[in-house]
Amino acid sequence: MEIKREDILHLADLSEFALDEKETESLGGDLKEIIGYISQLDELDTSDIQPTYQVFEMENIWRDDEILPQDATREQLLALTKNEKDNQIKVPKVL
Amino acid sequence: MKIADKSTSAEKLVRDALEKAKKYAEYNIFTFLNEEGALKKAREIDARIKKGEKVGKLAGVPYALKDNFLSPEGETTASAHILEGFVSPITATAVAKLEAEGAIMIGRTNLDAFAHGSSTENSYFGPTLNSRDKKRVAGGSSGGSAVAVALDIVEFATGTDTGGSIRQPASFNGVYGLKPTYGCISRYGVVAMASSTDCIGFFTKTPDDMDLLMSIASGQDPKDMTTLPDYYNATDASLDNSRHAPSRPSTIGRPRPKGRSLRGSGAQSAPVVADGLESSNARVRVGIIKDFDNESVDSDIREALKNKIELLKSKGHEIVELEMPALKYGLAAYYIIVPAEVASNLSRYDGVRYGFRSEKSDDLDSLYYNTRFEGFMPENKRRIMIGNFVLSSGFYDAYFLKAAKARTLIINEYEKAFSKCDFILTPVSPNPAFKLGEKVNDPVAMYLEDVMSVSLNLAGVPGLTIPAGETKDGLAVGLQLVGPRRSDKALIEFSKELA
Repeated sequence: MEIKREDILHLADLSEFALDEKETESLGGDLKEIIGYISQLDELDTSDIQPTYQVFEMENIWRDDEILPQDATREQLLALTKNEKDNQIKVPKVL
Repeated sequence: MKIADKSTSAEKLVRDALEKAKKYAEYNIFTFLNEEGALKKAREIDARIKKGEKVGKLAGVPYALKDNFLSPEGETTASAHILEGFVSPITATAVAKLEAEGAIMIGRTNLDAFAHGSSTENSYFGPTLNSRDKKRVAGGSSGGSAVAVALDIVEFATGTDTGGSIRQPASFNGVYGLKPTYGCISRYGVVAMASSTDCIGFFTKTPDDMDLLMSIASGQDPKDMTTLPDYYNATDASLDNSRHAPSRPSTIGRPRPKGRSLRGSGAQSAPVVADGLESSNARVRVGIIKDFDNESVDSDIREALKNKIELLKSKGHEIVELEMPALKYGLAAYYIIVPAEVASNLSRYDGVRYGFRSEKSDDLDSLYYNTRFEGFMPENKRRIMIGNFVLSSGFYDAYFLKAAKARTLIINEYEKAFSKCDFILTPVSPNPAFKLGEKVNDPVAMYLEDVMSVSLNLAGVPGLTIPAGETKDGLAVGLQLVGPRRSDKALIEFSKELA
């Protein structure tokens, strides 16, 4: 499968990161190789096979809808950012 | 793993461990040394022992913590730049359980950033060196933990295994490494990689130590909804296994000829659950996967496997040849499913609430884009992009859905195999530790390292790396013993037959 430069930039965009010229180049080559490898699943016959998305044996674990004590306080969580003001996290302008 | 029994002290054990950690600094094992915190805890334990107070089963035992387990001691970075400066206010359940028994964390160990890798070369802090040959890789992603145990710095270390990240470095360094059954140990407070395959496990020097750690760490956690009720410590009557594992062909109750003891002399009399090995006299059927016996596997590893097969035969166990053709597709399925989950799990790192934030931003979008550009390693980016590729419209059916179906075939194949045998013995990887830099620029070659380990994670079954000698050049060789779901305890016990 051919991976074009615009495909790489589109995937980077979906992935929410910037890429410089060097990485655009090298990731393009890497992705082409990786996709080539994983495409071998084509040859596997999976007709009438149901997909498996998880291997946990149990289903829905219920509990009452009540607020339980949390391991970290608001102050502890806010302390993790260096950009806090009035109990809020500062970010650059949105619009 | 002896508790401080007054012939030594917790403080001495911790001092010795810290000293050794410094002596081996060139191996780049630790991302953080917990000198102050560990010594303080050791002194507390010594004081309690002196007063005659009851202490835990791991009192004073120094251990190393893979740096993707959250705790307030040191920064939890997952060896990734994007988590730089992050000191967790919470403690992972597994860590809390170990520390409640008195274990003392002397340092955090290096890994491939976010556990993405098979050599620990993808770490922001540089590679960890192999314990047998400093020119070779430690394996990965839990490379630091494996080397910390192999060099006898600590008694045990924690690891995470999403596709082989415990078993392969254990094999490369000659120690025991267990990936338990999916859901056995709580993942609360552990940096997520791929939620449907991530498992927590340990590196130890003996099967008995592994058993002790499993008995402490296993069990249901209200903070992790994907934990199973504690089957590891359950007595046979207290848990109806069949109710929770309807699809597994049962070997429970299969009569076994009397003759041999399955359990080593040092073991407790705890029952072995889940696969019918509770009988203390058992001839065990060990499966060998024919599909793995070919030229692509290093000759020294094939030799080690042959030796262990002979050993098992000499002890009266039965060898069963298995054909498992679907495993050939395990790696391709894994490198679709796992990147998809990685792309989702790593979308939370945006530079806003914790960790590293890029300085180069003038609006919110560029803050996200630049933080993630600067904060992730190239392998993190590859996996996120592959994940978004296989999930994107137009490719979802051909890749993600196809892989999810392949996963079903792999699970079916294990179920079929375990109707014919009790355990499977295979290589962990096709080769022993490779040279630093050899595969780092060839992602597919690096992925092929995982070709024999990933299928277990897709199926959720446990696997234990056992040391199995060395190559002609003195590199460690390990083999993996694989069992059906919930057979962890039996697996550990049976590994003594292979020692």
